[in-house]
Amino acid sequence: MRTIVYFAIGILFGITMFKSEAASWFRIYEMFQFKAFHMYGIIGSALFCGAIITYLLKKFKAKSILDGSEIVIADKASGWKRYLFGGLFFGFGWAISGA
Amino acid sequence: MIDFVLQPWPWYFSGPMIAFVLFLLLWTGKSFGMSSNLRTLCAALGAGKKVSFFQFDWKAQRWNLVVALGAVVGGYVAANFLSVSTAVVISESAIKQLNSMGIQDAGQAYMPASLFSLEAFSSPKTLLILSLGGFFVGFGARYAGGCTSGHAISGLSNFQLPSLIAVIGFFIGGLFVNHFLLPYLL
Repeated sequence: MRTIVYFAIGILFGITMFKSEAASWFRIYEMFQFKAFHMYGIIGSALFCGAIITYLLKKFKAKSILDGSEIVIADKASGWKRYLFGGLFFGFGWAISGA
Repeated sequence: MIDFVLQPWPWYFSGPMIAFVLFLLLWTGKSFGMSSNLRTLCAALGAGKKVSFFQFDWKAQRWNLVVALGAVVGGYVAANFLSVSTAVVISESAIKQLNSMGIQDAGQAYMPASLFSLEAFSSPKTLLILSLGGFFVGFGARYAGGCTSGHAISGLSNFQLPSLIAVIGFFIGGLFVNHFLLPYLL
């Protein structure tokens, strides 16, 4: 049952990534050239909605729909080196392969 | 409605849909992050015997492998059954620029055939470029503890400073390669 739920969420995500063109190498190229608003609009609006969702889930101490356990949204471990250098490397790859 | 789905989705629909996926995963008690699957796969293939980074209860992460598998299926479904045309119409100036760099199918395809097609796999240079890209994406995402989904969406939505640092890194690295390296690589 759970497997079906996560598979379905994955399908929705895959469709969204394809139809939004966020999975297109051309869109990533264009984004890094600042030649269109498209990718910035996607990331920005996803963030805007995501921040509201995250805030509300935390504020109302929402429970998991599957087993009733409390939803825990973990903080990232502190530090900056790993994030900056890992981020740089990921950025190199993002620009090359568009993923 | 059907027509809307079959066209490329505008940003103001796509972004909220991604946030909806984030919501579904949080609501089912999980988190949204694709690249952690890379670590899970390595662990599942037995990398934990050699490297402690891969020694963890990867079976607890199987749900995320299922999400990733679903995403592949979803991408296939979208490309083959939910699209009138899969051409990505990027801006005119980006098309011109790519044409001058030898990428002729800009504006007419979903991705450049010179990089992503079966024929491209027979070119050593293309294989090298893709391997390099894959290595950077994989290593970078794991070293930073997340990729676009884990840091740029999940992390920033939760106002995490580490995620902001990672995303700034994504863009510095991406801008550098896009502007200074890609013209020579392609």
